[in-house]
Amino acid sequence: MKPTLTLGPVLFNWPAERWRDFYARIADEAPVDAVVVGEIVCSKRAPFLAPVMDEVIARLAAAGKEVWLASPILVGSDRERTAMRDLVESDLLPVEANDMGALALLEGRRHAVGPFINSYNEATLAWLAGRGAVAVSLPAELPAASVAMMAKTGAALGLSMEVQVFGRAPLAISARCYHARAHALHKDGCQFVCANDPDGMPVSTVDGQPFLSVNGTQTLSHGYLALAAEIDRLRAMGIQRFRLSPQDLDMVAVATAFRSVLDGERSGQDVMAELRGMTAVPLENGFFHNMAGAAYADAPAA
Amino acid sequence: MGSFELICPAGNPAALRAAVDAGADAVYLGFRDETNARNFPGLNFSRPELAEAIAYAHARSVQVFVAINTYPQAGNLAPWQRAVDDAARLKADAVILADLGLLDYAAKHHPELRLHLSVQASAANAEAIRLYREAFGVRRVVLPRVLTVPEIARLNAEVDVETEVFVFGGLCPMAEGRCSLSSYATGLSPNKQGVCSPASHVRYEPRGEALASRLGGFTINVFGAGEPAGYPTLCKGRFVPGGGTSRDPAYLFEEPTSLNALALLPELKAAKVCALKIEGRQRGKAYIAAVVAAYRRALDAFDRGLPVPALDLEAMVEGGAQTTGAYTRAWR
Repeated sequence: MKPTLTLGPVLFNWPAERWRDFYARIADEAPVDAVVVGEIVCSKRAPFLAPVMDEVIARLAAAGKEVWLASPILVGSDRERTAMRDLVESDLLPVEANDMGALALLEGRRHAVGPFINSYNEATLAWLAGRGAVAVSLPAELPAASVAMMAKTGAALGLSMEVQVFGRAPLAISARCYHARAHALHKDGCQFVCANDPDGMPVSTVDGQPFLSVNGTQTLSHGYLALAAEIDRLRAMGIQRFRLSPQDLDMVAVATAFRSVLDGERSGQDVMAELRGMTAVPLENGFFHNMAGAAYADAPAA
Repeated sequence: MGSFELICPAGNPAALRAAVDAGADAVYLGFRDETNARNFPGLNFSRPELAEAIAYAHARSVQVFVAINTYPQAGNLAPWQRAVDDAARLKADAVILADLGLLDYAAKHHPELRLHLSVQASAANAEAIRLYREAFGVRRVVLPRVLTVPEIARLNAEVDVETEVFVFGGLCPMAEGRCSLSSYATGLSPNKQGVCSPASHVRYEPRGEALASRLGGFTINVFGAGEPAGYPTLCKGRFVPGGGTSRDPAYLFEEPTSLNALALLPELKAAKVCALKIEGRQRGKAYIAAVVAAYRRALDAFDRGLPVPALDLEAMVEGGAQTTGAYTRAWR
């Protein structure tokens, strides 16, 4: 089966115009098969994207992309619940559920399970498949042995299994906004300071060592998770979908590079070298290799 | 039974007896392995110890809940399924679960066993809670520490499930069960191994007069001379927002502080919360005895309409500071 290259949702607070232009270029130039769109981190940001959402979806669809709507990660407040219900009930596009509430509303409909639902084992996969899931994107912290078992079980259940292969690893979500807190603001009066950091706000240790990246209520890895050199192994396991998480760099080039590995035209090591030339942010693959997520292990040459 | 059930932690048999004797309505605990989210060295219960614990508690009309609230490892479900089987066989009053596959297993194999949804499942809205109720017959949900009291009240008006909330002890500022910070720094996580910021990866480094605390390859805090040095729980560390050394280090996620929602008893009752939970299975029996007794006195006074006495536990709480966390609007 031909592998699917997926572009996950933009996690950062990009101005609507930039967001629209980003997807226009993705539609025109990026060799991705599927695109997941939606504001999944902060419900306060969603209204800014609403005016351009239909245009973006239409543009992606016209370019032949498989378009999915992503549901928010954390749904607690009334505003978040309303947004979640509206998203699911609009029934315009298939939904990727990132919270159990969205999953509840999607029963019996074709849907995907996003990486923010805890899919850690084959029993969970079987339960999800029984409710109508067609694809499951695995949590970033799963090690190779778990991914292999999940890929095998997923295939038997008819699920298309996905692994994130590029972009900062999502590490935590909170009701509290750390962007606002870092600026001595409350979430309600946040002044959208997260927009100052289109690739996340760097967080270093007391020693100045880069560590994490804050994106409003979300905390991500400082390094970019990058599994280009592990793609052949992932494919051999039965992983069918490969997710790129958008960062503030040339994502068309990133997608083109990963496509070339999936198509067998370039080696993963070669693409890792190209990625290192594109960014000063370190590349990490520790989770997959059963180490600290921040670690980097040289993958054996395929 | 008063307004609330008081749910108390036990990390070993002595702590369980302390909690029971001090006035717990129920005690929660885990097996001595990776099946529970407090999988710390020297903690937790063997099967025979659980049998004795249940006998001790039941003889005093106290319930025992068994937390099996990590996410079973792919290809290795047996330890988690066996934990559920053994809790049922030993007549635990409930099991506290988080994983969908394990909930499905328990509902199918032990239809009589009472299921509670762990805070590690992070069910924060009515739609999610109804799903756990309908799919698995979950009877009680331990709510994630992300909701305000008014949100809890509205939620309780919509769901036919008991709710339990944390009122005292350690506080996760992140949505529980959805956090890989520990795993990022050390490779070990609450969801997989049942540990957060594990002691095996902690080092303290003298730096002149100061003391640095490290977790894995990262400095989590530096304490000045005379400043009490705390444990390097990742989310309670000092970091530099903006990166580098651009600004002074700050408690970016949360101060080393302890949850205490005692002042919110009237609001929690009006919100129709069923049970109040004390965090701290890693704590010793003296701590458990003091905290449970203080909460028992407070709840008894509250039930009689008397002024609620202060807990007087300042010496015992992390950093000596207390917060109402997400329950009040301070986080918004």
